[in-house]
Parts: sequence; C-alpha cells; structure tokens
Amino acid sequence: MTTATLERPRTSLLTALSDTFFRQPKLLTLLLLLPPLLWIGVVYVGSLFALLLQSFYSLDDFSGLVNHQFTLSTYAQLFEEANLQIILRTVLMAALVTLASAIIAFPIAYYAARYARGWTKALFYLAVMMPLWSSYLVKVYAWKLILAKEGILTWMAEGLHLKWLLDGILALPVIGGPSLSFSYIGTFLVFVYVWIPYMILPTQAALERVPSNYLEAAADLGADPRQTFNTVIFPLALPGIIAGSIFTFSLTLGDYIIPQIVGNSRLMIGQAVYTLQGTAGNIPLAAAFAVVPMAIMGVYLWMAKRMGAFDVL
Amino acid sequence: MPSAVRFENVSRRFGDVRAVDDVSLDIASGEFFAMLGPSGSGKTTCLRLIAGFEQPDDGHIYIFDEAVEGVPPYKRAVNTVFQDYALFPHMTVGENVAYGLMIKGVGKAEREQKALAALEMVKLGGYGARRTSQLSGGQRQRVALARALVNDPKVLLLDEPLGALDLKLREQMQEELKSLQKALGITFVFVTHDQGEALSMADRVAIFNEGKIVQVGAPEEVYERPNSPFVADFVNSSNVLTPQFASGHGGTSKWTSLRPEKIMAFAAGAPVPDGHAHADAEIETISYQGAVTRLGAAIGDMHLIAQVPAAATRFAVGDAVRLTWPKTAMVAMEGGP
Repeated sequence: MTTATLERPRTSLLTALSDTFFRQPKLLTLLLLLPPLLWIGVVYVGSLFALLLQSFYSLDDFSGLVNHQFTLSTYAQLFEEANLQIILRTVLMAALVTLASAIIAFPIAYYAARYARGWTKALFYLAVMMPLWSSYLVKVYAWKLILAKEGILTWMAEGLHLKWLLDGILALPVIGGPSLSFSYIGTFLVFVYVWIPYMILPTQAALERVPSNYLEAAADLGADPRQTFNTVIFPLALPGIIAGSIFTFSLTLGDYIIPQIVGNSRLMIGQAVYTLQGTAGNIPLAAAFAVVPMAIMGVYLWMAKRMGAFDVL
Repeated sequence: MPSAVRFENVSRRFGDVRAVDDVSLDIASGEFFAMLGPSGSGKTTCLRLIAGFEQPDDGHIYIFDEAVEGVPPYKRAVNTVFQDYALFPHMTVGENVAYGLMIKGVGKAEREQKALAALEMVKLGGYGARRTSQLSGGQRQRVALARALVNDPKVLLLDEPLGALDLKLREQMQEELKSLQKALGITFVFVTHDQGEALSMADRVAIFNEGKIVQVGAPEEVYERPNSPFVADFVNSSNVLTPQFASGHGGTSKWTSLRPEKIMAFAAGAPVPDGHAHADAEIETISYQGAVTRLGAAIGDMHLIAQVPAAATRFAVGDAVRLTWPKTAMVAMEGGP
C-alpha cells in the first residue's frame, strides 16, 4: 500500500499563480481594481482637476489670451449682475423641475411598488424606460412641435374652446412668452418630461423596500392612512426621492440643449459654459461656471445628509 | 367572565380557498388564549380578523361585545406583536415604543416617560436611544412587545412572536410573557404552530385545521383527551390506533389515541400487569433523546411509538418485545383521519 499524500503535484505556472492568489486574496483584489482605479484617477479625476485649475486662471481682456496666473478674479466675475442672473435662473429652474418631478413621480412610483403585479408591473417599467431608449434630441424636438404656436397644444386648446386659457397663461409676466415653445413654462415642461424617469425609478425602489407590515404596524398602533403616510411611508421613501432629486437637479443644472431648443433667449449655466468656451474663448470663466453646479450639489448633499435622508440606507 | 373576543360563524375566503371556515369562538377577558395549528390552517387569518387587517366574508366578530365589522385597524383597541416585529427602521427604539402615543397626540414629555416605563417592563431600560438595527432578535421582540403594550390594549395579539428566537431565549420569553400577562391582566391571543409553546403558556388552546377549529380546551384536556386523530397526532404526536386494532387490544371499535409515554416495553413473554393491554411487536427504530428513548415498533402493519426511560433501554433493532399499556390510557375519538 502506498502512502496517500495530501498535496497533488502542482507544476504549471497558472496553478502556481492561482495558489498565490488563494493565499494572498488582497493581491488579487488589488490587481482587479487597478485598471478601473487608473481610469477614474487619471481620466476622470484628472480632467476634473484640470477644469478646476482653469477656473483659477483669468482671461486677458486685451489680447484674449489666458493668463496662467492664479487669481480669484474669474470667480469674482460670476457675481456680476448678468452672470448672477444666469446662475439664479438655472438654480430656480432646477429646483422647480425637481419639485414637480418629485410630486408627479411619487404616485406613479407608489402605484408601481404597492399595487402593480405581473403584466401591469411590466407595463410600468416599459412606460418609464421606453422614453430613455429613444434619442434625447428627438424627444426635445418633438416637444418643440407640441408646444409651438402652430403645434398640437394650441390646436387642442382651440378645439376645446380653451384658447383664452392658453393665452392667459402665455400673458403671464416672466414665465409667459409668445408661445409655449418660447417661454420658461415650455422649458420647464420639457425638463420635467425628460428627467422624470430618473425620479420615478429610485422612488419606486425605495417604496418597494417598505414592507407592507410596516403599514399594518402603523395602522395597528392607531395611525390613519394620512398619518401612516406622514410618519412611515414618506420618511422611508425619502432616500429614494433624494436620490432621484440628485439626478433631476444636477441634470437640469448642467443641460444646455433643452433651453436652447425650447425656451426664450435667456441663458442657463450650461449654455453659458457652451458659449464661453466656444465663440468667446473664455475658458477660465467657462470653468468657473462649470464649478457652480458642483458646488451647489455639494451643499445640497450635505444638507440632505444633515436632514438624515441617508440614515436608513 | 365577559368575553373579550367573540367569533360567530366567521368565514374568510381568498379566491377558492376558505382560510377561515365558519369559525365560532369565545375568548374570555383576561385569558391567555393560544391558536395552534399547522401553517395554512387559518390561525393567523383569525388573528388578522381580530386586528382588522382582514374583514370577514360571513359572520360577526365582537371585541368586548362591540361588533367590529368594517372598523379599520386604527380604530380598534387591540395591538399586535408581529411575527417579524415590524419595527420602524427610521426611528430609535424609544420613538418606536412611543409611536402609538405620538399618533394619539400625547405630549412629548408624557409619552417619553411612558415609553421608558414600557421599555423597563421588558427589561430594556437603557435602550431608548438606540437604533433598531443595533438590537438582537430577542431585544427586537421585546421592543415590539413594549410598543404594543404601551397603548394599554384591551386585547394583545401575538403572531408567532417567538418563532425567530433560539430555543433557550424562546423558553425564557415564554416564562416572561406568561408572568407579564398575569401581572397586566390583559387578554392575550397567541398564534403558534409550536404545540409545546401553546401547552406551556396558554389557559386555553384552540387547535386549527383547514380553516376550522377542531378542538378547544385547557392544555391538559387537549393533550389527554384529543377529540380527533388530527389533534392526537398534531399535539405531541400520539399513536393513533385504527378501530380494528383498538378493539382487539383493550379498547373500543373507534379511532383511539394512545400516548407514547403510556406504553411500556418488556422482553418478549413478560407478564402483563392487571388492567393493562398488550401487544407483541418487533423493534424497527431506536431513537435516543437524552432522558427518554423512543422505540418504533411494528405489530403486523400497525406501527407504534413507545417512549421509555433511557435507563430502561436494553433493546436492539429487530428484537421481539412485549408492549403493555393501561387500558385507561386509550382515548376513543370521534371520526377518522
């Protein structure tokens, strides 16, 4: 009888390698993480850093050349009346779009999480996702046609004898305009339409994670449906709503196409960046403008955390 | 004694399934009442009918003689300890316990004081500020109990509250629940599939099968005098003797229950004591369980389980054995399996 050995002979290079990885799991982790870390570090953080660097340079007004000397004067330009207007306009628009998206998305998400089963659930996902599969530009131009003076909405308003209502809305100061496609209302509508899936999905995911026996427990302890909503459903859905609002808010802050196609000629941050880096060649000011949404999002996330929006995650 | 919960011919159907089928029952005020049955037997649906999460399709439910059909859960003076506790994750332990009081509009100072008292009652005095995620299963169970009891319910409903705990903790909680119920004098309705739990805690036990109550009685009664083969088998697995076997071995020609611990095992040919019946059998299985040993024995095509003191065991599988039992231990039952 031969003595059985525990170890089988291992000779090939590959088995030796896998033995090493087995004994040194951290080495394997490091090797697997290295390529993505390099990508994020060099391509992503690196270019972000370059952007930040640009914003501390300034433009020489006479030569039109970038002056590579650190200064805060470019940031000071942001606070000039015209530029401040652009920032405030954009932030206000982003806030309103986010609020409207949250309000419209919630019942849809609630229905999908609580009541939709089987084919209704499939239909829900299809309805929410399908607009995301088609081109963003196509959707925006489609909306331009819907909202234009000769568009479907005007035609429908005439057919329903509601032209007076449409005219009344368009006559409103600031948000009105010659037609919906040349007004803040139009820009707002298209923003809400385009970004709302990004609000519905996280809200629905958060609601999906609220087990129905929490609702029963609340009812059992005396809470009527409204109290249950205020004390249990809404607080537990809040992380989802916040996650959705990060999308809707930041996407609106940075977008330069929608306000260009549907809206009046007043600039938003994205458009300002676009024009400054293009025709004006003012890269430093464009970079400074680009930092604004980042700073606003930073403050926003910090406030959300302070409010305890991420405690249940 | 006034009745705390009364069912009159209550039925609840889900599609074609009769989850609760024409159930009538009367739970006295201050009673510790257990609903016992296998899963899907309708016991939990009965509890949910009392809580108000389900409404009966037929029949009437009264809580302290008030008809409650159509009354939503939040208007009923009953509280529930849920199977998986259902503690709110976005609130601290103290906020969870004070939730019912907050909903009722009790002032902050008063509800905090009451919540603290309730937490002390379940021996979690210093835990008010913790998050529920920081608690162990046993502690969560206590918080759920405190959260329900702080509202002074007229009836406390417990839905398999000890199911998720390990054996030692479960036994400890059984004792505590029992003494808590005695001290508070609140009616407890306790749903479980664990017959040991039901027998050791309850004043009365209702045994459910297929949406119906098959027997209601004190634990001793249900254990000693099962009224049907289902009860005999479900409550601590009694031997269920066929009418033919029973009538041939000292009983009547009815389905008969014979508890394993009533059967004694002797060597083949041993004398049979007075007033005893006997059967000669062959040992098929031997299962050592510490204090006792369970013998599986075959008499023709009848199989019996005998539970004998471990010290008395000197048998091997295949041995011929004489089983004897007092004729009085044979309990004739109505109906068949």
